[in-house]
Amino acid sequence: MTPAAARELPRWATAGLLPVLNLTAAFVVSGLVVLVIGEDPLKVVRLLVWGAFGFEEAIGYTLYYATSFIFTGLAVAVAFHCGLFNIGGEGQAYIGGLGVALVCLNLDGLPFWLLAPLAIAGGALFGAAWAYVPAYLQAYRGSHVVITTIMFNFIASATMVYLLVNVMIQPGQMQPESRAFSADARMPFMHQALAGIGIDLAASPLNLSFVWALICCLLFWLFIWHTRAGYALRAVGANPTAAIYAGISPARQTMIAMLISGALAGCLGLNELMGVQHRLLLEFTGGYGFVGIAVALMGRGHPLGIVLAAILFGALYQGGAELSFELPRITRDMVVVIQGLIILFAGALEFMFLPLLTRWLIRV
Amino acid sequence: MEDVTLVVLILDSTVRLSAPLVLAALAGLFSERSGIIDIGLEGKMLGAAFAAAAAAAQTGSPWAGLAAGIAVSVALALLHGFACITHRGNQVVSGVALNILATGLTAVLGISWYARGGRTPPLGADARFLPITLPGAEAVRDAPVLGALYSELLSGHSFPVYVACLAVPLAAWTLYRTRFGLRLRAVGENPLSVDTAGISVPGLRYRAVICAGILCGVAGTYLSIAQSAGFVREMTAGKGYIALAALIFGKWRPLPATGACLLFGLLDAVAIRLQGTPLPGIGEVPVQFIQALPYVLTVILLAGFIGRAIPPRAIGIPYVKER
Repeated sequence: MTPAAARELPRWATAGLLPVLNLTAAFVVSGLVVLVIGEDPLKVVRLLVWGAFGFEEAIGYTLYYATSFIFTGLAVAVAFHCGLFNIGGEGQAYIGGLGVALVCLNLDGLPFWLLAPLAIAGGALFGAAWAYVPAYLQAYRGSHVVITTIMFNFIASATMVYLLVNVMIQPGQMQPESRAFSADARMPFMHQALAGIGIDLAASPLNLSFVWALICCLLFWLFIWHTRAGYALRAVGANPTAAIYAGISPARQTMIAMLISGALAGCLGLNELMGVQHRLLLEFTGGYGFVGIAVALMGRGHPLGIVLAAILFGALYQGGAELSFELPRITRDMVVVIQGLIILFAGALEFMFLPLLTRWLIRV
Repeated sequence: MEDVTLVVLILDSTVRLSAPLVLAALAGLFSERSGIIDIGLEGKMLGAAFAAAAAAAQTGSPWAGLAAGIAVSVALALLHGFACITHRGNQVVSGVALNILATGLTAVLGISWYARGGRTPPLGADARFLPITLPGAEAVRDAPVLGALYSELLSGHSFPVYVACLAVPLAAWTLYRTRFGLRLRAVGENPLSVDTAGISVPGLRYRAVICAGILCGVAGTYLSIAQSAGFVREMTAGKGYIALAALIFGKWRPLPATGACLLFGLLDAVAIRLQGTPLPGIGEVPVQFIQALPYVLTVILLAGFIGRAIPPRAIGIPYVKER
């Protein structure tokens, strides 16, 4: 939905200047919130940046969070390209994690080079399966994917509580968690992997899932812009009626986009469970599926933008954690506020500054 | 006799649990029948719950709490309107932003103002909406069946619950029997025709989202200063989404939507009561299954297996006036 005015402006203005203006607005309002609770916004920014990038361990943490956001951001973005809004990333990631955990718990005798692809397949398959019903209902029964994916988030949550409390819980334990994955069913940490080739890093939760996230970005870019299938998907997103005349079935593309979206969200479990927690536990998705919406909007659906946006959010999460040590009155919830404001300004109010920008550019 | 008491008790808690759902579903009804998708019911309720608890703690008056709750909820609704009506933004994205913003802001402000991990200070009895005993409730308590029905089920609820009871017929009347209601429904089906008739489409839609804001405000207030004695982080816990599901389940009509809210409330009440008790013939039903049932039922409805839910025709489409 690009207004006509946007098409009259040069690309650098609509794709460069406008998003920067929107982001600035989001951060200015966040700064105002910080002022309201009586802290100095500049000091907060300083502490945030230091907490996120100031030392080697912090960078590791930042990239670890970014890994999760890349998966969920790509998931939201691929649906956006097909004109769909997948709010169900949270539920798909949750069920995807079940797939990852099932592989890690049951096939842990296998060597890592065999187990890792199987875990990826497990996460992707379970995530895609959870997206399948909403996708089918949107494609063939005409019920809106936004509503059904919201419902599926709650159903996923109830299902996982049931499974963890009644089925997968470690016997004799009170905590609703599965048993710990054995040592060979864990994703190697980056500092361990790189120590093997002589590079020394500080210990952090950053693990090899990061590499898979980057590979996913590359595959995403190739698929969306350099394959016939990706073209068909974007054609439906741009104009479903025109796509039908070109012999492209919107229903089929809806299925494809949603399944890929669910599969990408399902990979979250690789980073969180196989990489760090080393067990299946409740609420491990921690709202990251919703962060994906902000990341996809901010990254404007492009993998490069998504990586940058994911790193920004990773920095906010990590910096926010450090920040709350220094200023106990500001918790990591501040990041949630920023996230909401970014979705508001970069998403819903995307073109708010357009008239202003047009007037300004014409005058110059 | 004991069975009657049990049934009345379950129905009583059904009313308590359904009241916020009914209010929120009616809020969604106004907004969505005017063509504006309202994912943000949850956020508006949460914001209102926080504001109401904070204001009631500050002033000691539940009425000030109610006013603050409604004010914050309407402000959030206007923000939604500003994005969706004035700037023709994506209504779903705006609603999601609202929900996330409300989650973050209530936590940030709550922790920084009260330093109780996101809770507001506990409210005393005179700062809350307390149960109202209807006249004669005590006198008829011992009468069989009807006495229990009157004194337990009808009497003894707080002010917002009675507001919810009144809001249902009022909303139905407004929607189907007033000029405003006719225009509201028209603008959700065919805004062009409304525009051609010389009526402002944005004006109508703004009024609709304000109605939604007021109703969500009452719902949120109920949660924090009537049902409980203060605000707890994320205390709406998905009620806004259940209300949205009920609205769809009721096919965007006031009475069926209310029926759906009561059904979902009943499920909740039964789930609380049945915890751990086996049902005859079925065995023990997992609580999680009953909790997920509203969502499952809505999905089945949306799939077209229980009738057909047809949304207002112009829902989600920003209106662009021809130039």
